[in-house]
Amino acid sequence: MSGAGAAAVVAQVVGVIAGAPLLAGLMRQVRARMEGRAGAGVGQPWRDLRKLLRKEPITAAGTGPAFRLAPLLLVDTTAVVAALVPLASTDTPVSDRADLIVVVAVLALGTVVLALAGLDTGTAFGGMGASREMTVAALVEPTILLSVFALSIPSGSTNLAAIVSGAVDDPARLASPAGLLAAAALAVAVLAETGRLPVDNPSTHLELTMIHEAMTLEYSGPDLALVELGAQMRLTVLLGLLVSLFAPWGIATTASWGALALALVLLAVKVTVLGAVLAAAEVFWAKVRLFRVPELLAGSFLLALLAVAASFFLNGK
Amino acid sequence: MSDSAYTQLLDLACGAFLLAAVVVLWRRDLATAVRVFALQGLALAAVAALLGAHEHRWDLLAVAAGIGVLRAWALPALMRRALAAGGEARESQPLVNVTASLLTAAALTLLAYAVSRPLVALNPTPATRALPVGLAVALIGFFILVTRRRALSQVVGFLLLDNGITAVAFLAASGVPLIVELGVSFDVLLAVLVLRILTTRMRAVFGHTDIDDLRELHD
Repeated sequence: MSGAGAAAVVAQVVGVIAGAPLLAGLMRQVRARMEGRAGAGVGQPWRDLRKLLRKEPITAAGTGPAFRLAPLLLVDTTAVVAALVPLASTDTPVSDRADLIVVVAVLALGTVVLALAGLDTGTAFGGMGASREMTVAALVEPTILLSVFALSIPSGSTNLAAIVSGAVDDPARLASPAGLLAAAALAVAVLAETGRLPVDNPSTHLELTMIHEAMTLEYSGPDLALVELGAQMRLTVLLGLLVSLFAPWGIATTASWGALALALVLLAVKVTVLGAVLAAAEVFWAKVRLFRVPELLAGSFLLALLAVAASFFLNGK
Repeated sequence: MSDSAYTQLLDLACGAFLLAAVVVLWRRDLATAVRVFALQGLALAAVAALLGAHEHRWDLLAVAAGIGVLRAWALPALMRRALAAGGEARESQPLVNVTASLLTAAALTLLAYAVSRPLVALNPTPATRALPVGLAVALIGFFILVTRRRALSQVVGFLLLDNGITAVAFLAASGVPLIVELGVSFDVLLAVLVLRILTTRMRAVFGHTDIDDLRELHD
């Protein structure tokens, strides 16, 4: 174990926790400017979190441990994923355990605990939001798995660090049809998993359309702060995973301090650019009807399957 | 052209070819379907041109040009005129909903890969390895043909089927003789012209082009 490797893990987790609200603020600011509004500034999500953390914790009557533990578990699982995924460095003490299936399972655990919390409140909206979230999750998880399998076939491993370092050595791998199809499929899956447009609208509280917000309606105070931080961290981690897999240039493959510093700066730049592009694109998108969401997700599943098929058969190995 | 560049470009063209079929299945908008079909024609022409350039067969380049003109320009133009003449711009009620069709397309693609494995094993070159792509497009085209109700979507399904068969011919045997290719192309053109007249007649009689209304025989 090396000092730089351990520092990379710490930097990834701290960077995700500190950067996630800033990314959310940036995306809101881009959206506001493109819609002709002044916007609240990039630091607004941090100010919201500080305000919420100072409030008195209140839980709804009749709720049990599932409701109370869910915000903590959501943040915890996302922090674990942030430590595992090779965002800045592929040579870390935990990179042997950064298996794709583990990462997807830990992400799914966060989704499931929040759905359980939504059910635990016993309100109509909580149950509705939980059922919708599970419908989306059941379609999204296989897509994430399959689209990364398409990249893992050339590397011969499902270890994310091995996939990323293989792609750094051989960038032509990403320009193949399989790589492009997998990128498209994973992008749609990330949008659905993080509850962005066109699957869910993160800025609305309109009862009939919400998915993620419906589960968290009963939260207030510090719990709400954790839930919001968790959602922002998930977005940051998944965008980071997307850029690590499909634009891995600059990621440190050795445990040297200089490479790590460069990788962290590049990671911040890449995630910021991707987030700004996503926010700009969202201005032009409309949310699709809930009954059309499975259509979109089945399409992205098919793209992921085609990517795996192309990767497996056209390579001829 | 180097071998690795040839393989990359061929894979890219075949990927675009298959993706176009999937997008036709995905979108309900008929104008989009026609536009994507034109792009698929271009991808097919690119496959033929790549094979011709790789094997130094100049007649294949001529065939590729012919395919490009027919499938990327003439047939889409005919369909666009049929679309502009009025009628429905959307496939409103397919027999199988879009989600299930997409999953079926996934199964059909895997089936195409499974059944073409012995064929690929005979002579594994980059072209024959892409053989399942042509087969998958043929199957998806057939699926569109049997599950869509609007006459124009069925025409698109029929043409996808034909594109798939042509692609299989190119990838497996570097194309059929020129005279056969010409015959097939004119056949397809004629079929589209006939279907266009049929669509116009149907719209005159029923007011729309739902094939399900063609159940009763008249003298």
